[in-house]
Amino acid sequence: MANVKYKTLVGLEIHVQLKTKTKMFCSCPTGFGGEPNTRVCPVCLGMPGVLPVMNKKAYEFSVLAGLALNCSISRFTKWDRKSYYYPDLPKNYQISQYDLPMSEHGYIEIPIDGGETKKIRILRAHLEEDAGKNSHTAGNYSQVDLNRAGTPLLEIVTEPDLSNGSEVRSLAQQLQRIVRYLGVSEADMQKGHMRFEPNINIVGEIDGKEFKTAIAEIKNLNSFRALERSVDYETKRQLEEYLETRKGMGQVPKTTRGWDADREITVHQRSKEAANDYRYFPDPDLVPVVLDDAWFEQIKSNMVELPLAKERKFVSEYGLSDYDAGVLTSERTMAEYFEDAIKAGGDAKRVCNFLTQTGLKLANEAGKSFVEFGVEAEKLAKLSKMVSDGDINASAATSLISKMVENNEDPMVLAEKFNLLQKSDTGELEAIVDQVFADNPQAVDDARPGSKKEKKSKGFLMGQVMQKTKGQANPKIVSSILAKKLSE
Amino acid sequence: MKKKLDHDEVREVALLARLELCDKEVEEFATQLSSILGYIEKLDELDTDDVEPLAHSLPINNVFREDIPHECLSRDKALGNAPDADDEFFMVPKILDDNSNG
Repeated sequence: MANVKYKTLVGLEIHVQLKTKTKMFCSCPTGFGGEPNTRVCPVCLGMPGVLPVMNKKAYEFSVLAGLALNCSISRFTKWDRKSYYYPDLPKNYQISQYDLPMSEHGYIEIPIDGGETKKIRILRAHLEEDAGKNSHTAGNYSQVDLNRAGTPLLEIVTEPDLSNGSEVRSLAQQLQRIVRYLGVSEADMQKGHMRFEPNINIVGEIDGKEFKTAIAEIKNLNSFRALERSVDYETKRQLEEYLETRKGMGQVPKTTRGWDADREITVHQRSKEAANDYRYFPDPDLVPVVLDDAWFEQIKSNMVELPLAKERKFVSEYGLSDYDAGVLTSERTMAEYFEDAIKAGGDAKRVCNFLTQTGLKLANEAGKSFVEFGVEAEKLAKLSKMVSDGDINASAATSLISKMVENNEDPMVLAEKFNLLQKSDTGELEAIVDQVFADNPQAVDDARPGSKKEKKSKGFLMGQVMQKTKGQANPKIVSSILAKKLSE
Repeated sequence: MKKKLDHDEVREVALLARLELCDKEVEEFATQLSSILGYIEKLDELDTDDVEPLAHSLPINNVFREDIPHECLSRDKALGNAPDADDEFFMVPKILDDNSNG
């Protein structure tokens, strides 16, 4: 058995669809769905004689995303034509950015084990237009729908700093949260708003001799799960193949492989013998973009606290678990709602439990986010204070959340209406305790300090008080009254 | 002047442009393209060491539009000039090697 040491190198090419109302270079509406070829015009169909005009919003979105990815933002960029022939590309070139991308040299942080983070370097992020969609269902023909052609895309290229499927998944999830926080993309993988193409190879040593496998690029990944599994599968496959053939980088060509989600394997699609000749050149139809200080500052003013920073703050400042902090920061609206509730005086752990337990359950049942129920954060904070002050117990709080979701009433009003307030009036409770003592003299004797049956009999007396108050006595207060009276 | 383009180079350029050339045309274009390149090479005589590359020939920047949707073409019109279409789609010869998105 050979002595094998290796590590996997994964770099990602990522396309993120920007959430603009219109396409990159024409005023056709963007958006998933739509009857085929109904969101097209002479510009995105590539008709002769038309001129593209830049969408300002798309440019601003990409600058904001570049900033969030810690990239340096170019103050001067231009547009280039990337030529290739394919039916989904009506002009036979894609408008992209070649030698002067709008941002480069950044990084994205991903959480790894033990609360640490790892920085994954970003080589560049640039703006370009999407192609249309081909479908291959009609006999000897392929059908082409150009609705998507011209949709603004942010292409992000990372360095090969990722080392396994779980890190790749983690990066994808961080990126999804970031672009959603910024409001620049819906970032739904199923809908193709975020497309990941991992480039994978392994480097290592067999019996002290170095080896490198040829790079494979994986396509057709439309879920986080597929992303993670494909990388781990491909690592294993490349190692096995190398051990069998002993042919690596330089001896075999780069390949493109597709992910077969049913069989959970990667399948060979084609070999890349020669690099594609895209014949990039500056697009004469589009003038350069100059980002001056005033405009740059205006874009920067839309920056928000980013999800990973928020998540860490939730752990360090509010004492939440990593898991809870992750759940609460998965959506920006939820994270901000939580923070509003804390500012309004809610207890962090209690509000967190409201949201991640009952709240999440109700939200899932209704198929929306808890925030969308419209219950003000102040009301949830008040509910939290009612529990802390002993006005209600935890189970009453749970049922009050459901009622608040239904009619958005004040929790105190609801608690009174549904008789959920605990009795905390010491005088009233003392009278009830006296009554219970009078009815159960034997239990009272057994419950005196030092008695053998002390614990059990005390529990019995407590039960009697609860019965008389229909469970609404504040157990802490009853317990202290019992202790006081029994030691008299 | 640079040496003449050879036939393989002409065939490569023809393939990139999706042009089918017969042997006679390959020879003809080898001569023509070489003479064009020779003419362009004249520019190499200029000293451009201290000249910034030009991104655009017009002294204009930042021509933008606002992100407001406008009406699209009707589908009939969109598909009207296509060599082949059904009621909904452009129809092209079956694509075997799916090379979408580069």
